[in-house]
This record gives sequence, structure tokens and C-alpha cells, in this order.
Amino acid sequence: MKAVLLGATKGIGRALARLMAERGDAVFLLGRDLEALQKSARDLELRSDRGVEVGVAHCDLEHPMSYALALEAADKALDGFDAVVVTAGSFATQEKLEADPGLLARVLDANFRGTILFCEAVRKRLLARGGGTLCVFSSVAGERGRKPVGLYGATKAGLSHYLESLDHKYRAAGLRTVCIKPGFVKTSMTAGLPVPPFASEPEAVARVALRAIDRGTPAVYAPPIWALIMLVIRSLPRAVMRRVGF
Amino acid sequence: MAALLESWGRRMAPGSEVVSEDLERITAGRALSRGLARSYGDACLPAPSSSEIVGTTLADRILAFDPATGLLRAEAGLSLREIVRLFLPRGFFVPVSPGTMFVTLGGMVAADVHGKNHHRDGCFGAHVTSLRMRLADGRIVTASRSENPDLFRATLGGMGLTGHVLEVEFRMTRVPSPWILCESERIDDLEAFVAGLKAAARDWPFTVGWIDCLSAGRHMGRGILLRGRWAERGEAPMRPPRPLPRLSVPFVLPEWALSRFTIRIFNEVYYRAHVARSRRRVRHPEPFFYPLDAILHWNRIYGRRGFFQYQCVLPEASARRFLELLTSLGGASFLCVIKDCGAEGEGLLSFPKPGISIALDMAVRDDTQRIVDALNERVIAEGGRVYLAKDAFTRPEHFRSMEPRLPAFERARRHWDPEGRMKSAQSVRVLGDAP
Repeated sequence: MKAVLLGATKGIGRALARLMAERGDAVFLLGRDLEALQKSARDLELRSDRGVEVGVAHCDLEHPMSYALALEAADKALDGFDAVVVTAGSFATQEKLEADPGLLARVLDANFRGTILFCEAVRKRLLARGGGTLCVFSSVAGERGRKPVGLYGATKAGLSHYLESLDHKYRAAGLRTVCIKPGFVKTSMTAGLPVPPFASEPEAVARVALRAIDRGTPAVYAPPIWALIMLVIRSLPRAVMRRVGF
Repeated sequence: MAALLESWGRRMAPGSEVVSEDLERITAGRALSRGLARSYGDACLPAPSSSEIVGTTLADRILAFDPATGLLRAEAGLSLREIVRLFLPRGFFVPVSPGTMFVTLGGMVAADVHGKNHHRDGCFGAHVTSLRMRLADGRIVTASRSENPDLFRATLGGMGLTGHVLEVEFRMTRVPSPWILCESERIDDLEAFVAGLKAAARDWPFTVGWIDCLSAGRHMGRGILLRGRWAERGEAPMRPPRPLPRLSVPFVLPEWALSRFTIRIFNEVYYRAHVARSRRRVRHPEPFFYPLDAILHWNRIYGRRGFFQYQCVLPEASARRFLELLTSLGGASFLCVIKDCGAEGEGLLSFPKPGISIALDMAVRDDTQRIVDALNERVIAEGGRVYLAKDAFTRPEHFRSMEPRLPAFERARRHWDPEGRMKSAQSVRVLGDAP
């Protein structure tokens, strides 16, 4: 596999990039911080032990102007990629987002507007060469309007909605869209938050995601227990959701 | 409710970990870093005044590796488990390994860990070539044998009190195969054991023993002696060993689960199970180096109050007197690990010195402080010392009496951290830092 990863310097993206590099996939990293990208690339090269070179390019979800150049650089380095993985995204607590409209604008921008514009750029590139895999990390927070993650969840709900439609429309044309919906994962993004039940490690989520990428599964919960939990939460009546705190 | 941080021996202190992939950012202005929190006592717990400490485990990138020299450079949060998983199949192993894989490079430096090859290869610090550190005043400096050598020596075994270790460079060892050739032998008493360790040290790179310290008199110190070396190519399977499955202790067991009675049964079975006097076989390196890693959360077997490990090093002739004292105090240890140590290392507070190291795991009970005090007094009288990575109960006056190098360590600390910003719960308890 020849994969481009956006957001692989940290968290689940870092874990997934390592799994891919160690099994011999060619990878190319996109992100905001060039120094962090280069260190991560070196880490992947040393872990893979196959003498592969991992290239990097600057790409910022909040700046759509950066997408085309970044994807072009990746295409060139990999001689035509066949998979793109987006783990990048912004998170802040509901409390902070409600208090700070500037921060809210940035999270909405990165997670919804930016991610969808990026996916559209990827879609065109992959379809032009007959298809490929687009794997994007959404969240269980987008499954139901909930008090503690209303605003962040809204960006992920919109994203999941878009990814499902993309899958319906273009699967036949060769574009395999994979939407990953992790539950609470212990990463630097969620550090400092109270750890709820069923919290998981980034490596476990990365393994689930990689299997879904290999199989082209349109939507998966990670870890799988969240499918059951969300089934229950989705079926709760409004009156109950209004009363409970989750 | 305030959050609690825990150590491996289930000591607790109020506080929380700040974590990030960017260690440089989060170490600025903080009093302590910790890795996987495998130190048993309070070395990895915050002082009362510094509730937020740095957790390094997300900073785990490998920065450089040269197969020609074995030189590996990585961020401080990289775990030994990852290093073994990635490099053993390529023919490299860490020069010194402690008894668990669940430690980070930063922790291995802070405790200047030793292993089954101490008699031959010394502590981990002996193989470290360079450290990148964040000092208490915010500066980032290199510490090595040529650059800031006093900081380097104070940091090896310095329990994280000289600054935050950001990066570690050390030399890996080339191994002929990824398998261990191991001999185990049943030994009848303590004197034979000490002699057996010394004899094995001449020919074997790895030696260690498990002894039964509940048996008194003639059988005192009976146990199993292990000798090992890396198997040569022709002696071992060609395929690399696979990581082993792990069991887990799912919850904290009640306190009666480990009593004098159950420990006696365990010891008897473990000793008797070794039917032949001696056995030789090729083994997976994991159960050889890390027998307890097969069971995750094994610290839960000691119940709600947790446990502590008492590890000291003593002259060989003092071992029997020490174990007799332990028996008379009623201390029952589930595991007693015995190992001969080689020369003292460079680290100003490194634990090992020539003699016999004895490590005892014991559940915390009402009389624990009394037992530790009595053992420490004996250790002082015999000219030995205790290991800070395990310690939770040693009194400051006792530590000072057993550690003639302490003034030199304190001088280095004052030089690199004049305002005394770096501290831990342990440094407050043992070294008299301001809380």
C-alpha cells in the first residue's frame, strides 16, 4: 500500500503510521509542524528496517490552499498513492468551545470545512486514477446530540454524514471510503479529561482502523464495543437524553 | 475528589500527569518527570507542592540508530518493550535490562537500572553515551562524559531530581541469536547459593537466583539458580521469538490471598517443581528476563494496601545474618531475588556495589515501618545500602548513614538546580527537600 497520512505525528495517527511502516507499506506524512513531521518520518524509517524513505510535506486543515501542493508532493514521492488517511482534527471541551467563539470557529473550520475540502481534493485525485482508499477518523461523538460533546460532535456528525454519502456515490467507481468512529482514546488530545469506561489505547484503535482500511469496510467503531454502546445511545428517547448527563 | 497518582507498589499521592508528544513543551517549569511509573515506592510520585508532573510515555520516537556501532538515540518515553520488540529480531538487545519491560529509557537512566549481567557489564548508565536534558531553570543542555560530566554522573541513578531527561543515547549490544541458552540448578542452602553465583559469574553473562526465605536453619536460602547466555546460531531456532500472550489480574485481591501460609505453599511448589538438580535448555528471552511481565497488573495480588519491595546490597558474608533477621521480624516475602553485584558505577546515587543484592517483595502491613527500620539498621551495620527505585519507607537519617556519596550528589544538585525546583515525594521524604 502507498499511503498518505494527515495527522500522523501524534496519537492514533502515529500508532497507525507505525503499523503501516513496520509491515512494509510506503508512507508519506502531511501535517502542520515540519520539525515534528521530520522527526516522525525518521522514527518510521528506523522502525521499518527496510531502508524505506518517509517523505513529508506541509499541510494545514485550516488552510485549504495548502492541500493541492501537499498532495502533489505525496503523489510524486510515492509515485501515485493509493490510500489517504486523515487522523488530524481539533478538539476542545464543550465548556471551552461555548466560552470562546474564536476557538469554536477554528474547530468547526478544521474538523468540518477543512476536512471535507481536503477529502474532496483527495477524491478527485483518486477517482482520476481509477480509485483507492480514503480513510477518515470521525467519532462516536457524532452519533447523537449529547450535552458534553455537542459542538465537537456536530462537526463529526457532519463529517460522518459526508463520508457515508461519498461511499454510496463513489464505491462503484473504485473509491473505498472508510469512516472510523473511535470512542474515548487515551491520547494527548484527551489528556486531562476524566477517563470514562471503555477508554482505549491508540494502538488498539489503530489496529481496528488498519483492518478496516485493508478490507474497505465503510464504517467501523473502534474498539468494536462502541457499536453496541452507540446502538443503545441512539435508541434512547429524547426525554431520557435530556435528563442524563452523557 | 482530587486525582491520585499511583506507583507500582500502589503508593498514592494527589496529583496528575501532563502528557504530550512534545516533551520540550511540557517539561518547562515542572518539578518531575515519570515514565511508566514502575518504581515501587514514591520516587515517581509528586511532592505535595507540585501536583502536576510530566508523563513521558507519548514521547517515544526513535531518533537515530547505527547498526555498525549499535548506537541508539531515542526520546525518553520510549519503552524497553518497544526496543526489544523492534531490535531483537535485528540482532540487537539492550546492554543492561531490568526485570521488567514496562519501563522507559528515561526511567532506566533515572534509576540507573541493573540486571542479570551486572557482575560483567555494570549498570545501564555505563552504556549511555549522551543525555539531552531540560534543567530546572528552563535551559536545555547535553550531559555526557565530556560535556557537563558532573550533571551526567548525578543524573545516572539520580531519580529524576537533576532535571528532565528528554533524549537518551546508548549503545545496544549485538547478540548472536534472539534466544537464550539457560541452565537452572536447585541449590540447598544460602552459602552454596552465594558460592554458586560467584562460580557462575566467571563463565556466564547472566546470573540470578530465586530463594525461599521462609525456610529456616539448614534450608535457609535454598532456591533455584539461573545461568544464561545468548544462544549461538547453531543452538537455537532460526525464527525470532514471538511476543508471548499475557494474563492479567483483573481486580485487587483481598489481603488474605497472600499470607505466610500461601507463600509457604508457593515456595515449596516452586522449589519441588524443579525435580532434576540441573536443567539446560533454549528459552524465549521474555520469560528469562521478564518472568513477571507475563501477568499484567500483578501488583494487585497484594491487596488494597499494596506492597513494597525491599532491595539492599550487602557484603556476601552478611547475607545469612540479614535473612535471619528478616525471619525473626516475621517478614514473609513471596519472592526473594538474589544476585551478586559487580563494581560500583559512575552514577552518584547508583544502587549496586560489590556484594550480594537481595530483593524482597512484601505486602504493606501495620508493622512495615518497624520491619524496614530494623532491616535498614542491619544494612547500615554491614556497610550496605538500599535501592531508591524500590524504596517507600527508609528514614532520611538511615539513608544518609548508608550513602557516603550523598554530599557529592547534593553538591551537583545545588549547582544545577540552586532553587531546589526539581523534587518528588521521595526526595521530600528521604533527602529532606521542602515539601
